[in-house]
Amino acid sequence: MRLRLFIAALWLFPLAAYASVRPHQELRDIFYGEILYHAYQDDFFQAISHLDIELGQHRGLDEPELDSFHWHRGQAEFAVGDLELYYRMHLRAGRAIETVLASNVPETERNEAAFRLARLYYRKQDYVNALHAIELIDGKIPKNIQSDEQFLRAQIYVAVGKFDEAITLLKDLGYDGAYGGYVEYNLAMAYLQTAQAEKAVVTLDDLGKVTSDDEAVLALKDKGNLKLANYYLDSGDAEKAGYYFSRIRLDGPFSNKALLGAGWVEIAQKKYDRALVPWSLLHEREQTNYSVQEAMMAVPYAYSKLNVHGKAAIMYGKAMDVFAREVDRLDASIKSIREGKFLAALVSKQGEKDKNWVVNLRELPDSPETRYILDLMAAHDFQESLKNYKDLADLRQHLTIWLQNLSVYEDIIELRRQYYEPLLPGIEKQFKKLDSRMRLRIEQRDRLNERIRSLLILRRPEYLATANERALLDRLEKIRVDIEANPDAVTEETLYRLRRLRGLLDWRIKSEFDQRLTKAYKNLQDLDGLIDDLNKQYRAFVRTRQAATQSYEGYTIPIQKLRTQLTETEAKLKRIMARQGRVLEKMAINELDRRRKRLEEYQIKARFALAESYDRASKQQQKKALEQAASAAEANVDEKVQP
Amino acid sequence: MNTHAQTTGLRLCGVIFAVLLSFLVNAEEVSRQEIKSLDEQVQDVKKDVLNLSAELARLEEKLLFPSNTQVSLFLSMHEGDDFRLDSVQVKLDDKVVAQHLYSFRELEALHLGGVQRLYLGNIRTGEHELVVSYAGKAPAGGEYKRSGSYRLTKEIGPKFVEIRIAGPESTEQDIQFRDW
Repeated sequence: MRLRLFIAALWLFPLAAYASVRPHQELRDIFYGEILYHAYQDDFFQAISHLDIELGQHRGLDEPELDSFHWHRGQAEFAVGDLELYYRMHLRAGRAIETVLASNVPETERNEAAFRLARLYYRKQDYVNALHAIELIDGKIPKNIQSDEQFLRAQIYVAVGKFDEAITLLKDLGYDGAYGGYVEYNLAMAYLQTAQAEKAVVTLDDLGKVTSDDEAVLALKDKGNLKLANYYLDSGDAEKAGYYFSRIRLDGPFSNKALLGAGWVEIAQKKYDRALVPWSLLHEREQTNYSVQEAMMAVPYAYSKLNVHGKAAIMYGKAMDVFAREVDRLDASIKSIREGKFLAALVSKQGEKDKNWVVNLRELPDSPETRYILDLMAAHDFQESLKNYKDLADLRQHLTIWLQNLSVYEDIIELRRQYYEPLLPGIEKQFKKLDSRMRLRIEQRDRLNERIRSLLILRRPEYLATANERALLDRLEKIRVDIEANPDAVTEETLYRLRRLRGLLDWRIKSEFDQRLTKAYKNLQDLDGLIDDLNKQYRAFVRTRQAATQSYEGYTIPIQKLRTQLTETEAKLKRIMARQGRVLEKMAINELDRRRKRLEEYQIKARFALAESYDRASKQQQKKALEQAASAAEANVDEKVQP
Repeated sequence: MNTHAQTTGLRLCGVIFAVLLSFLVNAEEVSRQEIKSLDEQVQDVKKDVLNLSAELARLEEKLLFPSNTQVSLFLSMHEGDDFRLDSVQVKLDDKVVAQHLYSFRELEALHLGGVQRLYLGNIRTGEHELVVSYAGKAPAGGEYKRSGSYRLTKEIGPKFVEIRIAGPESTEQDIQFRDW
């Protein structure tokens, strides 16, 4: 009983979804923003996958502080644990959080990690470890989780039987905060566990008067009223029970139970005609509902108590027809599940678009009557199994697509190889030519640079003579050599002219030395710029050639390895998925079977009740006929007696 | 006669066996241990698939979007802007490279501050013209359409550009571009 109450409370735990993922500061890394985009859409696989890649790349950096991701790293370490939790990877999430706990982090971060770990164990219904984790919290708690921590601690205390501590915490939380409604409910449960029924009643009564627009809080309010009504019905106070049943909404999730209970309250007070009011309402509702099926038996029961046996017999007959039809539907549903149609419907894409997809599954051809398994589908084990099955179906799709992609990649690589391989030898030849020319130019530039440097130390103007000047100097030198060989052939005037020309050239070369040196230096700088451009082109060429080669080389082994891993994982996944599917089918069949047995019991009861009502109706009719006959005979005798 | 009796007996045994078997199947309950063990196996296979996903992403990036040509365009909205974005179109060098129609969940993710990778592709180094157009419904009703352009400079490394859009009631500029 305690466990059931507690599980109910567990599912009422409001989740502050994505709080851990949401950046505490302005977005500083665009890829973290992309992770958020997936997480906010509940696409946890993509979010975790991206986060894993980013964290892996970041950890592999020599200077991670230069990467913009480092701004979000601390949060990302937390977020990965939370996202894994949302993706129901509790084992890995637990390990991620434990890593944070074991590392040297500030007190607030450590406490937040302990809180997350406790929440994780709590959701897995591992209450001892949840208690251990929550008790690791010591010192300052981050403001944003303070009330969450207190509420979780209270829930854990309830789970491990520390009710008094839980009561203190829940009372401290108050009714008006974010947990309004949930606090009262949990508090009432804790009071009940500590035999403080009066306080539980007062708390539930307060909860039953809560005003809210939140559907979940209103459902909780109805649940509280139902609990109180049943409490009073069990303790024999029908009047109070009736009062609390009447506080339950007629269109809420507990309305059927409330209508049924309201009828029994009237029966307990022997007001059979008044019991018919709520039951008649209930009688018209969905015939697969537990309470409605019970009402089909209860309504004729009330009629029989009112001595309207004929009507009771007719209604028992109708109930039997309904039960027989429902038993047939249940048989057909079980058959359809065994044929695998249930699993096929579960993974249909329609489910993602349609809010009432579980109910609407029944509309699909040959699908089972899913209204019978609505309660089962709300159960924790079934939900977890169903989510796992759907996750596996999604993963199977990923694997299939990835395997197909690998073949496409191989085609791309082959096409690239066919295109580049014939081109590369020619390109290589040209590249070598370019390379040697580049080297030559660079050597020439280096020599020039060397010469200019030496000119700064030792002034050698002739080094900066122009080509024309150098040709003139050579001609003058040749003339001088010729004159030396034949001195009589020239006049003094010729010699004078020769010296004059030589002097003129020397003057120009020497007097313009500084300007020429500056110009030469500037030209060298321009040349450096040109060589830089050439180097850039050279590097771009090298990169392009490398990219061309890398676009088809070095992929064969990684692709083969990936294909093997994908194939193995796919086989493993299919095995697990088949087992998970069988578990779901078993759960559904067991539930349908339970409902069928209950209907069969009702059929037996209805058959006997019908016979009895028929019998009583017949007797009543006979009695009436006899009475009529007697009074007719009496009237006849009276007539004869008259003269 | 005997053979007939034997056959009937066998048939009867078969029927009884089938009924018993069906009863056994019906009565078979799913244990918590079985659920727990399966859950652990599912978690294990999820871990394997996530690892494979990361490896494949690395391979795809190297093979299909090498860093020297890679360009990624991201779309975001100013947090708190309740503009109902319907569609976005992106042109790169006068060629439509991406267009997207938004679902409710995608829009909600953008409103909360998520960033959508709108385009991942390859371009040459140098200057490129990026034109973004978007349309949606203004909170007060009525169509709201805007477009903007940006000169994108692609260098040797991968290029990441964020396109931040705003609705009519935002104090932000209609479209802002940011190099990351």
